[in-house]
Amino acid sequence: MDLDTVIYLAIWDSHRPPEEERRVRANDRDYNEKFQYASNCIMTSKYNIITFLAVNLFEQFQEVANTYFLFLLILQLIPQISSLSWFTTIVPLVLVLSITAVKDATDDYFRHKSDNQVNNRQSQVLIGGILQKEKWMNVRVGDIIKLENNQFVAADLLLLSSSEPHGLCYIETAELDGETNMKVRQSLSVTSELGDPNNLAQFDGEVVCEPPNNKLDRFCGTLYWKDCKYPLSNQNMLLRGCVLRNTESCYGLVIFAGPDTKLMQNSGRTKFKRTSIDRLMNTLVLWIFGFLVCMGVILAIGNAVWEKEVGALFQSFLPWDPPVDNFLFSAFLSFWSYVIILNTVVPISLYVSVEVIRLGHSYFINWDRRMFCSRSNTAAEARTTTLNEELGQVEYIFSDKTGTLTQNIMTFNKCSINGHTYGEVMNILGAQQKRVQALDFSAWNPLAARDFCFYDQSLLDAVMEGEPAVHEFFRVLSLCHTVMSEEKSEGELLYKAQSPDEGALVTAARNFGFVFRSRTPGTVTTQELGKAVTYTLLAILDFNNIRKRMSVIVRNPEGRIRLYCKGADTVLFERLHSCNHELMNVTSDHLNEYAGDGLRTLAVAYRDLSEEQWEEWSEHFRGADKATDCRDDRLAAAYEEIEQDMMLLGATAIEDKLQEGVPETIAILSLANIKIWVLTGDKQETAVNIGYSCKMLTDDMTEIFIVNGHTVQSVREELRKARERMLESTRTRDGGKEAEAQGWGGAPPPSLLESISGEFALIISGHSLAHALEADMEREFLETACACRAVICCRVTPLQKALVVELVKRHKKAVTLAIGDGANDVSMIKTAHIGVGISGQEGIQAVLASDYSFSQFRFLQRLLLVHGRWSYLRMCRFLCYFFYKNFAFTMVHFWFGFFCGFSAQTVYDQYFITLYNIVYTSLPVLAMGIFDQDVPEQRSLEYPKLYEPGQLNLLFNKREFFICIAQGIYTSVVLFFIPYGVLSHATQSNGVPLADYQTFAVTTATALVIVVSVQIALDTGYWTAINHFFIWGSLGTYFTILFAMHSSILFNIFPKQFHFLGSAHNTLGQPVVWLTIALATVICIAPVLAFRFLKLDLKPQLSDTVRHTQLVLQKKRKPGGRAGRGVGGSRRSGYAFAHQEGFGELITSGKNMRLSSLALATFASRHSSSWIDTLRRKKHANSPGAQNTPPTGENSTTSPQAPPLSTSSSAAGEAEQQSNEPVLAHSPDEIALSAIRCTVREVGECSTATVQVNIHLKTSSSTNYMQIHHTCKSTCTSIVCYSTLDRALIL
Amino acid sequence: MMASSYNAKDEDGHHPGSVGSGGPGAVKSKKPDNTAFKQQRLPAWQPILTAGTVLPAFFMIGLIFIPIGIGLLVTSNNIKEFEVRAVAIATSYSCECASLNNRNSPRTKDFSNVFMYYGLSNFYQNHRRYVKSRDDSQLNGDKSSLLNPSKECEPYRTSDKKSIAPCGAIANSLFNDTLELFYIHPNGSRIAIHLVKTGIAWWTDKHVKFRNPGENNNNLSIVFQDTSKPVNWRKPVYELDPSDPDNNGFINEDFIVWMRTAALPTFRKLYRIIQKKKDNMTPTLPPGNYSLEVIYNYPVRSFDGRKRMILSTISWMGGKNPFLGIAYITVGSVCFFLGVVLLIIHHKYGNRNNNADIPN
Repeated sequence: MDLDTVIYLAIWDSHRPPEEERRVRANDRDYNEKFQYASNCIMTSKYNIITFLAVNLFEQFQEVANTYFLFLLILQLIPQISSLSWFTTIVPLVLVLSITAVKDATDDYFRHKSDNQVNNRQSQVLIGGILQKEKWMNVRVGDIIKLENNQFVAADLLLLSSSEPHGLCYIETAELDGETNMKVRQSLSVTSELGDPNNLAQFDGEVVCEPPNNKLDRFCGTLYWKDCKYPLSNQNMLLRGCVLRNTESCYGLVIFAGPDTKLMQNSGRTKFKRTSIDRLMNTLVLWIFGFLVCMGVILAIGNAVWEKEVGALFQSFLPWDPPVDNFLFSAFLSFWSYVIILNTVVPISLYVSVEVIRLGHSYFINWDRRMFCSRSNTAAEARTTTLNEELGQVEYIFSDKTGTLTQNIMTFNKCSINGHTYGEVMNILGAQQKRVQALDFSAWNPLAARDFCFYDQSLLDAVMEGEPAVHEFFRVLSLCHTVMSEEKSEGELLYKAQSPDEGALVTAARNFGFVFRSRTPGTVTTQELGKAVTYTLLAILDFNNIRKRMSVIVRNPEGRIRLYCKGADTVLFERLHSCNHELMNVTSDHLNEYAGDGLRTLAVAYRDLSEEQWEEWSEHFRGADKATDCRDDRLAAAYEEIEQDMMLLGATAIEDKLQEGVPETIAILSLANIKIWVLTGDKQETAVNIGYSCKMLTDDMTEIFIVNGHTVQSVREELRKARERMLESTRTRDGGKEAEAQGWGGAPPPSLLESISGEFALIISGHSLAHALEADMEREFLETACACRAVICCRVTPLQKALVVELVKRHKKAVTLAIGDGANDVSMIKTAHIGVGISGQEGIQAVLASDYSFSQFRFLQRLLLVHGRWSYLRMCRFLCYFFYKNFAFTMVHFWFGFFCGFSAQTVYDQYFITLYNIVYTSLPVLAMGIFDQDVPEQRSLEYPKLYEPGQLNLLFNKREFFICIAQGIYTSVVLFFIPYGVLSHATQSNGVPLADYQTFAVTTATALVIVVSVQIALDTGYWTAINHFFIWGSLGTYFTILFAMHSSILFNIFPKQFHFLGSAHNTLGQPVVWLTIALATVICIAPVLAFRFLKLDLKPQLSDTVRHTQLVLQKKRKPGGRAGRGVGGSRRSGYAFAHQEGFGELITSGKNMRLSSLALATFASRHSSSWIDTLRRKKHANSPGAQNTPPTGENSTTSPQAPPLSTSSSAAGEAEQQSNEPVLAHSPDEIALSAIRCTVREVGECSTATVQVNIHLKTSSSTNYMQIHHTCKSTCTSIVCYSTLDRALIL
Repeated sequence: MMASSYNAKDEDGHHPGSVGSGGPGAVKSKKPDNTAFKQQRLPAWQPILTAGTVLPAFFMIGLIFIPIGIGLLVTSNNIKEFEVRAVAIATSYSCECASLNNRNSPRTKDFSNVFMYYGLSNFYQNHRRYVKSRDDSQLNGDKSSLLNPSKECEPYRTSDKKSIAPCGAIANSLFNDTLELFYIHPNGSRIAIHLVKTGIAWWTDKHVKFRNPGENNNNLSIVFQDTSKPVNWRKPVYELDPSDPDNNGFINEDFIVWMRTAALPTFRKLYRIIQKKKDNMTPTLPPGNYSLEVIYNYPVRSFDGRKRMILSTISWMGGKNPFLGIAYITVGSVCFFLGVVLLIIHHKYGNRNNNADIPN
């Protein structure tokens, strides 16, 4: 649960000498005992009951602020210096320390709890040949433990044997690295034969391996057993935190336990993040200290002069304290005395209050119902409570794609079969029409998957009618794949697909009656329209990134051999038989349409093979397969040979489902001036596709640059070209900037790039990024990228993600936010100022590393625009007021110093000084800091521009700080000199002068409390009952405590402590005093009021205007709606196949299938080089980090295309749905108007038609609108410039 | 617009029960409570500064303050105050006589009490070391503190190995001049004016804060027998006013007044009260010449101090205090003027954009 928190290894652990290598002997506890390896007990808690106080205090005093106050406390104990009683410091200090301690203790309590829970999990340990139940914490290094299916792995294990063939076992590593797909581990063949517990109990192999480290993907060691050496690798390891899947049971040898496991080694200290306000605050506090020292020096000098000129003469009445023998020493002491008095300019409660406010904001985030996702039953969570106000200052968002922008759910959405398109009846009126009944498959197909949705009845009809092309189409989908099936009980099929696309296709076929049921290395069994058919699988021509297609060759029961192929249209179309020309054109149109909708497309084809052709080719193929050198190339050539002259069947379109509300969120965030960069490991085409469907890329962008170079030069060249193009377009737009644009060879002046007016987008791939991130090019890259409205980096490694974030962070001085869901996003989440984890399907690693987590990308807009903005606003207002009130409070002492011989006499009663910050003024400002709102939440989403002040850091910066300070000092002047002026001559109504010290103190203190209360009342923009309660309550408390402290009861008990006896009564009974207080208040507040009014009246901020509109005029806001955009038909290759190669081989080798179901001979005849090796090798070669095998094919086929013109209509549809809803609330006219807009957006082609619509709708209801819409859609095909239309509509 | 529709949809789409609590025994929904507090929708008053509120406020302040100021000023001006700067003669035990001539003397119309103050300048009663140099416990009559005063009293804590009572620098520097006022009858005879020496301290000071030790023991000399008088004093504390046991020892009002330290280095303290005539017909101080006699004990020359004697009458708001009235009038006028200026600015340049048309 809390594995990510700071881990304190057990103390004895740190006493161990660093391990050089680890030796573990199986089943030999005595031997292993010698090395004192860590036990499997983990301890993430910091304290126990006994050490808590000492350790916690020690930690707290490591904070500079706390130490400073301790130092002050010590100063106060020196009588010659002490200008305040010791309790004025110790009371707040103790309060602060205890609040923090309570918080720490609670945290630690939960850590203890989760530790206990983990440590007490049960596991089965092989002790003395018998399996015994043991708690996890009692598992030792060298033990052999048995794991069962779906169990967590208890420690880092060496896999010895498993119930599966070949010692294979499957694990899910979601908790470790966030990847949900299953991974295969295999034991050494020598140990896999051990099998049962009896044999294992005899096992006495010794493992020598590397010491504990945090590298998840690497392990290196050797097993010595029976005088043989066996190398061990990560492939043999089961790491703690993984879950065993699809494996009945397995045995493992504990190599690393507890804190030594890779999981724990990885969960090291998380870097402590600070907000920019924090940093600013620290700077300001330092300045204030400087200021304090200056004042101290001034007053000390004053003291020296006074003691010399006056004090020396005054000695007959007031001699110097014993150690003081001259005025200089007195001045020195007076300096320290003043440091004590004036320390309240930086009150200890500042830090606590800031923490409390942030905690409050965090709770508001946790409590927000609108950031709750009921589907996954998760509420948003602020995992870090210290970053909230920075959410209001974000300028760059770095987003992962899969799982963040998209759901990583593929749905079979449309298809084109034999020139006929089938698919969802997507339509204009969105909501209503969308709810067209999804087809019910279960009625006629008992094997249908229940969660599959398809809306087009005609396809089902076609299947029923037995159209051969349709049948063949689905047959391809049911045969040509590498999916594994699992049938738990009859009819309950479970597909384990390697990529979600493939799963979607097979599931589609399943629902349309072509059910893939099971496979063996040599056969595929399907159920075609209720009839079981077994095909002989002759070959799988596996997928890879270069081929972009995969094929299978099967022999059907009748003995006919067929090749079925699916792949990227561009690739497949080249390999079709010439007779397909016409069909190809039609299909191509369909594909364009699909691509326009942002769907991922695949073309499907088949080829009949004669027996001879097959024989000939398989010979050829075997030759290539057995080759030792260039095996891959030769195989590819063989594949190429057979995949020719194919017959096109059709195409599929899979929707990579966006998360809900993604385009809207992105639109709003970019209106708020936040730049969004997508960093994805996906391919360029996929990324671009998503870019379009979530509206980051649009067709009205001036230009989209694609940087795809492989060398430093080419990348540099491409970046340079991009910049030139930008400048060119800027120049042509606003001309006359040529002069500036001349010196353009080296680094361009950034101001120039910032002034670029067009909308550009940059797409850069991982290998180009590697060059672009080099030290000499990063600035160029950054400037180019930052000038673009959208940046998409594809095929980037996790490290590169972090580097990009780091780059922006370093050079742009902007607040960055990274959002992602998987383990590959952890690095960037940790790097960015704010990390947001999507708590979705993929593991929890990203969430654990994040500062905030929620389950939907769209909540980001609320997090930033509502919570972030408010947090920032509140924090800024809080800080402004806080510094103000403390300066107003403290500086009075400074002025008084000039009238009391610089003797560090305080103006106020010491109790007032003690309580001012923690009682009298703390709660109102806290209430403001927690509850204040300037505009309601809906407005801040409506007017994203309201977010800008945060980005520009307008609300609290050095200037604002000085204004607050100045106001505070002004107030202190008024608070001192007005009572001075009045009271020096005033007398009570009974003739007793009012100018005594105590009266003066009470008057000033009361005036101060009233003035700061009025000021907070002025600052509070949102008066809830709580604010009222706190503000009035504070005033009430002040007077109550004042009268209590000055009462005779307390005096009689402690005559020395409460010598202000009767002051409150005597002072506050005088009308003169109240007149003085009123006067001081008006003089303090009136200028502020006038200034604020002028600012509001002459230069209102947007928030002021919005607030004004909201509150005063209460007028109905203008119905919104941005102009729609044309839907073009440009072609983007929608091909995206999140696939790894190698699984074909895995299947045909049969290694991943149960022994029982296999004909042993099938794979005995095949070459037996380890398929795992091949798989690993290929994986390695394909990983973007490896530079030696550039994926050339991909680049050659995807040369940069002309900027696409279309937006996804599905996205537009959603947007239209968005704009539809407010319509319901307005007048019929508005309905009509908005409806037209929708029409225009959706159809967007025909000016005449739309104008007709306009005229019609002025009078008609929405029913004929639909008809009109349909006519529009059928008749209009041309693209029309739109702005004129819009203008027409507004009339 | 998108934002609002998003909200609406959100509310619709995720209605509680739609998924989260699908059936009986379903997983408990973690959906946060829909309370106004948690959803930050507490009903609130949202004041904003508008011309409609700010400008009237300024005018109101002006309209309230100016009359108050005028009232205060008039009241203050009606108070008669007369001040004598004592031209100190360096020698002690000298008698200084000042004649107060007719013109400056309080007028006939004053039938109320007249208060007599002494004033000191450049005397730092508010110095930190001075202020703390006392033992309130001792002054409250605490026996143990009497014999063992607080360390704060150093160096006026003990003398001759006896504790000082009252200890500390404040007590030690007690003002001990004697002022007497004489009416010089036109016939040349001097009539001493009766000066009341009680009722000049705070009630709480006299009755709660200061108390003689030894409870009911009326013989203060016995109570104080183990203590020593402050070094500057001529007579011990129990001889401050031997004539009146209620004004002797720690509860001597001159002493109490002195012990109430002043806030500023120039201060005055109430010395005596000249009570009004009982018949209410004759003025308290009839016009004429007066003579002030000062028995000069208190050295102020050494630290460049000044002494004054002030006679003053009192109104409902205390003594003469023109500052407050003037300040009120000034502030009131400034506010009014500010109101006018703001009104002009508002009308001329004021933002007229405050309508529904918000640039986005």
